[in-house]
Amino acid sequence: MLVTTTKGDMDDSLLEKREGSVDNDNEYTTWTEYWLDSELVHRSVHVRLKKPVTLDSSVASF
Amino acid sequence: MANTQSMCTSFMSELMLGQHQFGTSTLVSRTSLTSPTTDTLKAALYLTTATINAATTVYTVTGEVSGTNYTAGGITVTNATAPTSTNTSATAGVAFFTPSASLTFTTVTLSTAFDTVLLYNSTQSNKAISVHTFGSQTVTAGSFSLTMPANTTSAALIRLATT
Repeated sequence: MLVTTTKGDMDDSLLEKREGSVDNDNEYTTWTEYWLDSELVHRSVHVRLKKPVTLDSSVASF
Repeated sequence: MANTQSMCTSFMSELMLGQHQFGTSTLVSRTSLTSPTTDTLKAALYLTTATINAATTVYTVTGEVSGTNYTAGGITVTNATAPTSTNTSATAGVAFFTPSASLTFTTVTLSTAFDTVLLYNSTQSNKAISVHTFGSQTVTAGSFSLTMPANTTSAALIRLATT
């Protein structure tokens, strides 16, 4: 599979793949990194937001 | 300096003024009486060092990310589903809205850490809508995507609820 990198498209067999994730109340985030030797050449991030922003409304009584 | 997740305060009064149109609707105060339109919403990313919060009234370039293939102002938000509302009881209800597709910044390099996306209305003078934060990130020759929550009464990205 070809991977877009800082050095152009490269076959992933030439690269070291590292992945990680964060899961908390606010987000579920995953990332994928490809390294060439000790150099980061690709990093993609996908965030799924969990927490809405909410406007609480009210009406006053007479 | 830090960013804070919030609905923008100015957005609340602008709703009462009818200054935002998330879905196709005919408003007598608008010029499009015969051809209802939907405003264009956009999403911009901000550095961890920026100060984007409830006090943000309009989109600003101050603190915005920059890098390869990122255009100042961000990307257009796919907005195919109009806001909707439902009553949850005789005295309570919820109106809610979620963009209808993920926000995706394709093949970008954003080397300086960022943690915030600002939704704003580019049709209406870039008026700010809401601020959403996440863990600090960088992107290298890759994509950054924000997947939207389910467009439901409890999970929608933007909710207006009676209390």
